[in-house]
Amino acid sequence: MNPASRIRRILPPLVFGVAFLLLWEGVVKGFDLKPYFLAAPSKIFEQFFKNFVRIWEATSVSGTNALVGLIAGTVFGVVMSFALSRYRFLGELVTPLAIALNAIPIFVLVAVLNNMYSITSEIPRRIMVSLVVYFIVLVNVAKGLTQVQSTHVELMKSYAASDFAILRKVRVPNAVPYLFTALKIAAPVSVITAFVSEYFGGAQNGLGSRITSNIANSKNAAAWAYVLGACLLGLTFYAVSIVLESAASRGGVASKTNNNK
Amino acid sequence: MNRFARRAAYRTSMFVLSIVLVVALWEMYKVVGPQDGGKLFGAGVLPRSNDTAMPHVWTMLSRYGRPEVRGSDKRVWVVVLAGAWFSFRLAIVGFLLGSSIGVGLSVVMSRFRIVERGLLPYLVVSQTVPLIALAPLVALWGGKLHIFGFEWPRWFSAAVLGAFLSFFPIAVGTLRGLASAPAAAVELMESYAASWKQILLKLRFPSAIPYMVPAFKLGASGSVVGVVVAEISTGLKGGIGRLIIEYAREATADPAKVFTAVFGAAALGLTMAGVIAISDVYLMRNRPKETTS
Amino acid sequence: MSAVQVTGASKIFNQGTPKQVDALIDVNLTVEPGEFVSLIGPSGCGKSTLLRLIANLLEPTTGSVMVNGKSASQSRLDQDYGMAFQQAGLFDWRTVAKNIELPLELKGWDKDKRAARAREMLELVKLPEFAEMYPWQLSGGMQQRIAIARALAAHPPLLLMDEPFGALDEMTREYMQGELLRICAETSTTVVFVTHSIPEAVYLSNRVVVMSPRPGRITDLINVNLGAKRTEDTRAAADFFTGITAVREALRGTHADHANAGAVRGVEDR
Repeated sequence: MNPASRIRRILPPLVFGVAFLLLWEGVVKGFDLKPYFLAAPSKIFEQFFKNFVRIWEATSVSGTNALVGLIAGTVFGVVMSFALSRYRFLGELVTPLAIALNAIPIFVLVAVLNNMYSITSEIPRRIMVSLVVYFIVLVNVAKGLTQVQSTHVELMKSYAASDFAILRKVRVPNAVPYLFTALKIAAPVSVITAFVSEYFGGAQNGLGSRITSNIANSKNAAAWAYVLGACLLGLTFYAVSIVLESAASRGGVASKTNNNK
Repeated sequence: MNRFARRAAYRTSMFVLSIVLVVALWEMYKVVGPQDGGKLFGAGVLPRSNDTAMPHVWTMLSRYGRPEVRGSDKRVWVVVLAGAWFSFRLAIVGFLLGSSIGVGLSVVMSRFRIVERGLLPYLVVSQTVPLIALAPLVALWGGKLHIFGFEWPRWFSAAVLGAFLSFFPIAVGTLRGLASAPAAAVELMESYAASWKQILLKLRFPSAIPYMVPAFKLGASGSVVGVVVAEISTGLKGGIGRLIIEYAREATADPAKVFTAVFGAAALGLTMAGVIAISDVYLMRNRPKETTS
Repeated sequence: MSAVQVTGASKIFNQGTPKQVDALIDVNLTVEPGEFVSLIGPSGCGKSTLLRLIANLLEPTTGSVMVNGKSASQSRLDQDYGMAFQQAGLFDWRTVAKNIELPLELKGWDKDKRAARAREMLELVKLPEFAEMYPWQLSGGMQQRIAIARALAAHPPLLLMDEPFGALDEMTREYMQGELLRICAETSTTVVFVTHSIPEAVYLSNRVVVMSPRPGRITDLINVNLGAKRTEDTRAAADFFTGITAVREALRGTHADHANAGAVRGVEDR
């Protein structure tokens, strides 16, 4: 992309973003809004840097939960997807369940999970994230393993290739882009789920708990600073998933979308 | 039975079967799992399988029929249903608010390309960021804010969160749909000297419907999530979220009760999805049927 | 008053930049009312561009375009012409009848008059029983007939067509050509027709306008002497083959021209 069109791409969002921040600052200062309503961006940044260490700690706790859940969910999802591609009946069984789970606010299960573990454990949150990630990865990778071009399978069969060989040489390579599509969806979702899970009680070291406690203590600007931390965490996870995807594709097809329409 | 009914029946029976399997796994773990939890490869990942931590499924279901609190005459299922209905109404309000703003904004973006270029990156990025973090902050506006004589009731914050979460996917999907009208069709409309508004109403919106339908699905589930999280982080009275939190606190004494509220929340989500699915069928009623995989 | 009067018209894209494209240079064309005129030429000769200048979907860089005695833009606003493309371009979400009503709706016709006119047009293209069906339920040829019905719904004096039969198979194509002539005779419509097919141009037209690319321009005007009434037998007539040969030679002449000029930039086919 030549420099001129790159500028053309970046300039409008940049201008909008800066204008929005200025407007926000202006409205808060101009109308003298109370902090419980809106905190000014300048105060938020101030609080962010003041509390940076504590924000970092809380972010690590939530981030670790998200990461552990992301990895566990991906591993289990991939393993199970192989089973689904081998035994089609399992797919028939799992798909309606996955569709239904998509519609419900599944994180409420944390309330149940908290009861099944000790009160200081971070395990319930990690299990919650794993569960959510598991279904995302499962549905996408299973699709990648089963929806291969029939001509490829026919070719392999004409070589008298075994099912396992077809799996290795056709299905798995076909499924790799689907895995990265799933990761791009699952990465930010893992952060959100880890975060929301903290509202249900249990250990209080993560970002979610910090935000509520700051609000309870009327430190609203600080609460906003933690919100900023959460947003940065989510963005980082998403960015990493994109980097992983481009590293894996190396100029090939980047990712296949599940829903084109 | 025609083909459509047969497929629906098949899918439903598969769904029921998968639920049965989950229940079976639950009960099996209760039999074989450690009563006080345990370690697997050194990590405390195995949950406690005693009746306090993991009540039997039968206990959960029967809990619906018994009174909510000792001495009260309100049965649990009545309370849970009321809570779910409360949250459902909020989710609908949130969805309607979010979708009208989302569709409105996408029309503006379709009309003024500069707005699209400036805002679209933020819309796309916002779907990766935990906006739900703002829930407790928005909740504070309840009861304290007066805009032009409109007093902000506490429940409205939950609806606003729902609107917030449903707005983004709807705006992005609608914009994509509006842009999907084929160039030849736009040229045809221009040859009729049609105004921009006529082209929008008679060509772009109908072309956008197949894109808006999945966006509405995402928006609907987003609205439910937003409302429930708002209720949970603020303890909004009357909603299913608060019931979940309350019952969770009593879980050591009354383990089955929290499950009743959790199932209620699940029912809420499914009902919302069902409502959207019905409007989906209506909106796509005259379109050529796409082959489903 | 001629139906179409193009005088000294040019269309240059990206003028002054390295990406300049001379789609049309100094085009002069007069079409009399009731005439059927075909534009034919190799890719990039500007025939579709010329059609769009007449339709006022493009503005000429120089020169003027008059339609029905008015400027092209006024004609478009007055809906003095109907247009049909290679893709029938019917709206999937409207019934066949509602598709035909579209230009009438935009002009603010009232409901009953619209419905009556749509019925009339369906009779004209011989598809009255399909009024309440949806376009995707119809074959390609039938969709094109509906597109023609839509183009003529407001009874415009002029019909502009951009390779409307290009996507159809040969048998359907020949049938559609016959139908188009019948319809235009019944409605006394002037037609400007863009095509790639030499037999099609000769069969349908009173005059064939031969164009060539780089830069896009008119190189020949060939009168076709097949008489007013054309039937299936016309396709076997000696005059038909004479006409085809004349057009082919005119095209070949232009072909040799630009083959010798050497290949440079491609010209947009618009």
